[in-house]
Amino acid sequence: MTREIEFRDAIREAMSEEMRRDQRVFLMGEEVAQYNGAYKVSKGMLDEFGPRRVVDTPISESGFAGLCIGAAMMGLRPIVEFMSWSFSLVAADPILNNAPKMLYMSGGQFGCPIVIRGNNGAGGQLGSTHSWCVEGLFSNVPGMKMVMPFDPYDAKGMMKTAIRDDDPVFFLESERLLSTKGEVPSPEEDYTVPFGKAKIRRAGKDCTIVSFGRPLYFCLEAAEALAKDGIECEVIDGRTIRPLDLDTIIKSVVKTNYCVVVDQSWSFGSPGSEIAAQLHRLCFDHLDNYVGRVHSEDVPAPYAYNLEQEMLPNARKICEAVRAVTYNA
Amino acid sequence: MATMTKTASQTASSPRPSRLPAETLQQWLRDMLLIREFEVRCMQAYQNKKIGGFCHVYIGQEAVAVGCTAALKPDDPIITAYRDHGHALARGMDPKHCMAEMFGKIGGCAKGKGGSMHMFDKEHWLFGGHGIVGAQTPLGAGLAFATKYIDEVIHGGKSKKVTLAFLGDGALNQGAFHEALNLAGLFDLPVIFCVENNGYSMGTAISRGTTMGHDITSKAIGYGMDSAVVDGMDILKLYEQFKPVVDKARETSRPAFVDIRTYRFKGHSMSDPRKYRTKEEEQTYEAEDPIDRLAMTLMADYEWPRETYDQMIKEVRDQVRDSVEWADASPVPPIEELYTDVYVEEWGPYKGTSLPEMLKKNQS
Repeated sequence: MTREIEFRDAIREAMSEEMRRDQRVFLMGEEVAQYNGAYKVSKGMLDEFGPRRVVDTPISESGFAGLCIGAAMMGLRPIVEFMSWSFSLVAADPILNNAPKMLYMSGGQFGCPIVIRGNNGAGGQLGSTHSWCVEGLFSNVPGMKMVMPFDPYDAKGMMKTAIRDDDPVFFLESERLLSTKGEVPSPEEDYTVPFGKAKIRRAGKDCTIVSFGRPLYFCLEAAEALAKDGIECEVIDGRTIRPLDLDTIIKSVVKTNYCVVVDQSWSFGSPGSEIAAQLHRLCFDHLDNYVGRVHSEDVPAPYAYNLEQEMLPNARKICEAVRAVTYNA
Repeated sequence: MATMTKTASQTASSPRPSRLPAETLQQWLRDMLLIREFEVRCMQAYQNKKIGGFCHVYIGQEAVAVGCTAALKPDDPIITAYRDHGHALARGMDPKHCMAEMFGKIGGCAKGKGGSMHMFDKEHWLFGGHGIVGAQTPLGAGLAFATKYIDEVIHGGKSKKVTLAFLGDGALNQGAFHEALNLAGLFDLPVIFCVENNGYSMGTAISRGTTMGHDITSKAIGYGMDSAVVDGMDILKLYEQFKPVVDKARETSRPAFVDIRTYRFKGHSMSDPRKYRTKEEEQTYEAEDPIDRLAMTLMADYEWPRETYDQMIKEVRDQVRDSVEWADASPVPPIEELYTDVYVEEWGPYKGTSLPEMLKKNQS
């Protein structure tokens, strides 16, 4: 049995179900309780779980992120909501210096089973400080896992996996996806989606397109357009950046011989550059051209609507990249 | 120190504490001697290049770690900054594991992966050694959040534990410190922020770096929590002044802030020539050596024979010498350790996690 629900409902269901299952799980963040969530992701959770488990904080990201890391060291399983991952930068020390390194620096004594979640990427004309795509910055750090769900099914299944995971998980949502809908199993069905297993969102034989999260919409739009010209793209949803499912990507590239990576972070030192470098090494004999890359333009995110649209990856740029690498330009 | 015109012993005006058992005082003295001797040997080992990186010794501050932890129950959590050897030893870590960690050996408390600034001991509720100034204070609030949550939300009882979050006076100026105090006050967390106020953040005197540096308890007022000034150079006074703070935090499940007046006899780290303070100032504090002071009290007030003290000193020296030998003999971490303890889960190049020898042995 399935029903159609919104992305935000999927995340809430996952958190609520896990909180019913495990008393160690709690949610903390700005406006998560009495306000019902700045983006209504946690709507109703205060009523069900009370203020001890759905905890409002002041605007104090470094403080409450650090607090939750301490709580995780003690064996609790905190979910930290950042209203936006853009605000995580003031909490860079706890989330980068403490959470992913605690297990290593303590020689295996203290892990950090924490989930940090929130909106990532450009929202809509928010200007540069509020439009961070942190996957480029943070995926560089070993010790944490990074998840970018595309649809409600994955959002729920991967959130449950994240909460049950013994390692710190950075869960990157998108404000632009929260109202999108999708088929999700009924609440009685306790399903999870494993990390490190990519999903083929559209099958094709001519060129592989790899992406994560919201830009997959632009990839699918581009694939649709290219199909009209007889170029059949295989669109792969990587789902998690750490762990990265290179096997699925390689299998596809071996078949198509061409690849374009679409990554909404800046190009310099990014998941896109990492995948391209890996493919150039691992698929050298199967590639008939370089690995194409579509990123956000190498500028701060602008406010003006037209400039912002041109700054981000979009279907036009993806089509151009596919045509270029497949010698169809 | 520019603004701390009075020495630590003069700031404490309370009368002598009620008479504690001689055995308790002897144990404290032994613990303080152990830290002192351990640190002396660390300095030697550092000179001999057996210890790498940064190394911050605790000489002069021994009464703080020993006296504060004495006021706790064994399963009350503590967390501290990078000058952490003293806390590890005071909490009961075997000095051989502490020394082996400094030597970068597999027998270290963190298998040689943390080093001097990052001592962890799960068995003794020590949640680190943390290297970034002030970063441990929100974590300390989180430990208290968790103990309270476990006792009250999960077990439906009363909050039972008190967390000590140690920090230096330099951390008073970090944002993380202020955020932690605000959250601890808001959430009624049973955590005591123990400022080991030695008057200097590296080479910067407190008067140069901290507003209201002459009375840092003013910081606590803004966050609505109790505070106290404690003599960190006299363990008997410290215990008498600090124990009620712990008891109240436990009883009320509220945070507190303690200004512990102390002094580090050595430099900030091994590479510090201490040009920023006078020899006279150092000598004033050295005359208040917390170890000498307790030994004198034992000999004068408890008729403790000098020979027993000499014997204790010898035992401690032997123990630390044995620890150095043990750490020397401990193998370097095998290369496979590079990829263990990155993730709990085993995937890709990562080999899962395992406990250090220090804890494995205790489990068997």
